[in-house]
Amino acid sequence: MIQTFFNVEIIAAAWPIVLSGLLNTVLLSLIVVPLGLFGGLILALLASVKSPWVRWPLMAWVDFFRAFPPLVLLILLFAGLPFAGLELGGFACVAIAFFLNTGSYYGEIFRAGIESVPQGQVEAGRSTGLSRLQAMGYIVLPQAVRNVLPDLLSNTLEVVKLTSLGSVVAVPELLYQARQAQSLTYNPTPIVVAAVIYFLMLWPLVRLLSRLENRALAGRR
Amino acid sequence: MTTWERFLDTFFNGKVMLKYLPDILSGMVVTIELALLIVFSGLAAGLALALIRSLAIRPLNWLIIFIVDLFRSLPPLVIIVLMYFGLPYAEVSPSGFVSTWLSLALVLMAFSEEIFWAGITSVHKGQWEASRSTGLSFGQTLMNVVLPQALRLTIPPLTNRTIAITKGTALGTVVAVTEILGEASSAVSNSYNPSPLMMGAAAYLVLFLPVVVLARRLEKRFAWKR
Repeated sequence: MIQTFFNVEIIAAAWPIVLSGLLNTVLLSLIVVPLGLFGGLILALLASVKSPWVRWPLMAWVDFFRAFPPLVLLILLFAGLPFAGLELGGFACVAIAFFLNTGSYYGEIFRAGIESVPQGQVEAGRSTGLSRLQAMGYIVLPQAVRNVLPDLLSNTLEVVKLTSLGSVVAVPELLYQARQAQSLTYNPTPIVVAAVIYFLMLWPLVRLLSRLENRALAGRR
Repeated sequence: MTTWERFLDTFFNGKVMLKYLPDILSGMVVTIELALLIVFSGLAAGLALALIRSLAIRPLNWLIIFIVDLFRSLPPLVIIVLMYFGLPYAEVSPSGFVSTWLSLALVLMAFSEEIFWAGITSVHKGQWEASRSTGLSFGQTLMNVVLPQALRLTIPPLTNRTIAITKGTALGTVVAVTEILGEASSAVSNSYNPSPLMMGAAAYLVLFLPVVVLARRLEKRFAWKR
């Protein structure tokens, strides 16, 4: 059993491939997480505009991308766009799909955070002469982010896990490279190793989150 | 042909759509089956684990926490791939459908256990003691006093999580499950036209948009009072 699923020789042989996959996963995460955060922040700031002409389309946008499985979005971009004469690589497709999908999730979280800061604080800030933007940037956002930090972290965990979808469109991230190594060695060890790497990489975050969440839910009754 | 007509002819080609509509519909049936199986088995297993955890048997709880952490930190696609491509080496060959079902059910189990557990612990200890002192058994206290309050609290986070994980049924396409995305992708390569993909996308919206909107309402109704 150990010979099949955790073969040391195969680990040694596949290590360079798997390692390059790990680096790409980290790189991909470092690109898509800030991209999603940025998109979400824009959505949340737009949502604080009270006009129904902004609010309704925004809600539709967010619900649309929450209803859409990220993989479907990714395939749509990857397999659909070439028919329109637009050939983007797998990497670009992942970036765009994540910007749209995770941006919507981050947006909802930021919105909840902004709404959690009492309106009176904005008014107080404005009355001391801050502009609307300054009040948002210096008073509301810092508190908003702190209030929803567990949700932000939990979504970030999901985003990092989602980068494994890149394997479907041939982005050489951890899962893709592990599959490659598996088909080269006729042995499932590389996939097991990839799973162990994901686990070791994300476990600390999961532990932290489970503490934060427990505290948040227990504290609100 | 104008650009607009060419666009329509490429992405919303009536002939192609009509031809592959039955495929997409059968894909929808598979997606619904898979989704229902995942939701019921995942939530049931999650609740069961949370209840076992409330018995406070130390070694058992450590095991539960480890399993939950494991399935929270592994990407669902990795679990599916591991089951579908890895298990056959151990002489067990689950189909793509079973791999996807089990993997996502395990993930939902892990997430829902966390949420159920947080709900159970949020009920004040005094309520446990009060119920027990009136003569209710442990099980009765759990069922009649604690769970009704705990479950109410868990509804908003639970619906969100359940939807997110159920959307993962699309991952089944990687292991040859003939759900919507799988049907749509093969139709695209057969017809060399992206219209089936657009239909597939529409099918997902038809299935999931009502659920998302419903969840938004539920969330408002059961929102945590501050």
